[in-house]
Amino acid sequence: MSKKVYGLIFLVLITLVFLVGCGRAPEGQNEEQEGAYIQIKGSDTSVNLSQMWAEEYMSKNEEVSISVTGGGSGTGIAAIINNKVDIANSSRDIKDSEKKQAEDNGIKIVEIAVAMDGLSVITNANNPVKDLTVEEIGKIFRGEITNWKEVGGPNLAINTYGRQSNSGTYVYFRDEVLNGDYTANMKRMNGNAQLVEAVKADESGIGYVGIGYVVKGEKVVKGINILDVNGASPLKAENVKTGAYPLARPLYQYTNGKPTGAVLELIKYELSDEGQELAVREGFYPVTEEYSRRNNENLGQ
Amino acid sequence: MKRRSSFSRFKEKMIEKFFLLNGLLVVFILVGIFYLLLNESLPTFQEVSIVEFFSSTIWNPTGYHQQSYGIVSLVFSTIVVTVGSLIFSVPLGIACAAYLSEIAPPKAREVLKPTIEILAGIPSVVIGFLGIVLIGPMIARLFNLPNGLNVINGSVLLGIMALPTIISISEDAINAVPDDYKKASLALGATEWQTLVKVTIPAALSGIIAAVMLGMGRAIGETMAVLMATGNAPAFPKSIFSAVRTLTATIGIELGEVAYNTTHYYSLFAVGLVLFVMTFLINIVSDWVLNKYEEAE
Repeated sequence: MSKKVYGLIFLVLITLVFLVGCGRAPEGQNEEQEGAYIQIKGSDTSVNLSQMWAEEYMSKNEEVSISVTGGGSGTGIAAIINNKVDIANSSRDIKDSEKKQAEDNGIKIVEIAVAMDGLSVITNANNPVKDLTVEEIGKIFRGEITNWKEVGGPNLAINTYGRQSNSGTYVYFRDEVLNGDYTANMKRMNGNAQLVEAVKADESGIGYVGIGYVVKGEKVVKGINILDVNGASPLKAENVKTGAYPLARPLYQYTNGKPTGAVLELIKYELSDEGQELAVREGFYPVTEEYSRRNNENLGQ
Repeated sequence: MKRRSSFSRFKEKMIEKFFLLNGLLVVFILVGIFYLLLNESLPTFQEVSIVEFFSSTIWNPTGYHQQSYGIVSLVFSTIVVTVGSLIFSVPLGIACAAYLSEIAPPKAREVLKPTIEILAGIPSVVIGFLGIVLIGPMIARLFNLPNGLNVINGSVLLGIMALPTIISISEDAINAVPDDYKKASLALGATEWQTLVKVTIPAALSGIIAAVMLGMGRAIGETMAVLMATGNAPAFPKSIFSAVRTLTATIGIELGEVAYNTTHYYSLFAVGLVLFVMTFLINIVSDWVLNKYEEAE
């Protein structure tokens, strides 16, 4: 009899330990923004820029602390849908299905464009091909063109480098350039830096990456060539501004509802002249007028 | 006196029960994991046909035109990378274990043993990093390839990670071979080398096989290093120089961004289930082999 009781007590204890362990899952979200702790997660393309903004902002406002992590736009959007972060960085539009999921979770997504990116198609500096059309790039990444000689280069098999499916750049590029699926032979790299390194080492490589990763201090990273697309170079701010460069895209931040308090202040700082200058120093471009107008509407100003 | 002994008998019983409970708990956890995987995988097959899942080579759940859920290339890549790692690590591991237990002078042994144990403690992320910056470029130069993100790179990294397991367990097995065997062999006029290869290692074979199986279990389930170093192209590998994507890397990459309760979400659990069944089979086979050798002895 007493043995059974002991056994029972033991089981109950184990169950309790388990329940306590499970119930205390950490919640990333701040209920009140006055705590002045802001969590940002998402796009790897804008993670460095976001970090720069955060550091500058924190040095001016010591009561605010900001944490910035990457992981890809998909990861960031999933996090804001699950109410785990204050701001999601994304290098692509939020999908309708994701918006619906957010609504189901009681999250109202607000979109703010914080900078412009001339998404760059890069090749090895030794590759003589300097200019491709959107159509040619699409064919290369769909696996329909497999040799550089088909686009006026040397007789060399093309190695395609891209990102993984949680990357916003992966999705943007697929939807805007490929209008189809990537070749299964494309190497899916874990991050922008790894992609740039791979193309640097591979004479027959081609890849795509946010311009901030291949332009440092207004100079193109050594060993890399940034292709002109449809005859326009992303290195000219004018091309990105007018849309002459076909792969110009906004980098977004998504918040839950209209931002207030510290989050609003941070976003205002990012959109200020000083914040936008920082974006330019990181290789990106200022938000265009069209997106500025939309930002003002979304921020309710 | 009598009361005391009945109390100690009671205590004895309780301790017995305690250990029984611990054992049961582990079984519960295992059954729980299996149940969870099964439960979360089954909804996949409401939308994906089982035949497609196990026969198609195209894995593209976020396809532009249509979703494809075929795991053949992923399974094949996993097997190729794992077998490659064994080809590299088994001979090296057994030779190292034999050296450590039979040949090495005590001083060398004192240095080598802790070194190997440190190898086991290196996080897989660091091994993956080595694969990107060191081993990958080395492979590329050696075979004159544009890059080193391929099957061999993954195999070498997994081999390095399986080595400590294989060495330390094989060494125990070789150490456990009775001295009588070796003395008898030497007395019959066999050389040290003949004794080692023809007597000691075969006598320790059951333990060595267990070591290899455990190393294989480590290799097949490893995620981080293969994710970083194999290029992650979900194509069917054409050669050992192809970029591949393993089952574990697929789960590792896609689970972070997938929307809950979608077919894509469930399908990742189905991939996990396949991995679970594969490791389960390896364990059953190794058990069977072990028993067979014990009978033979």
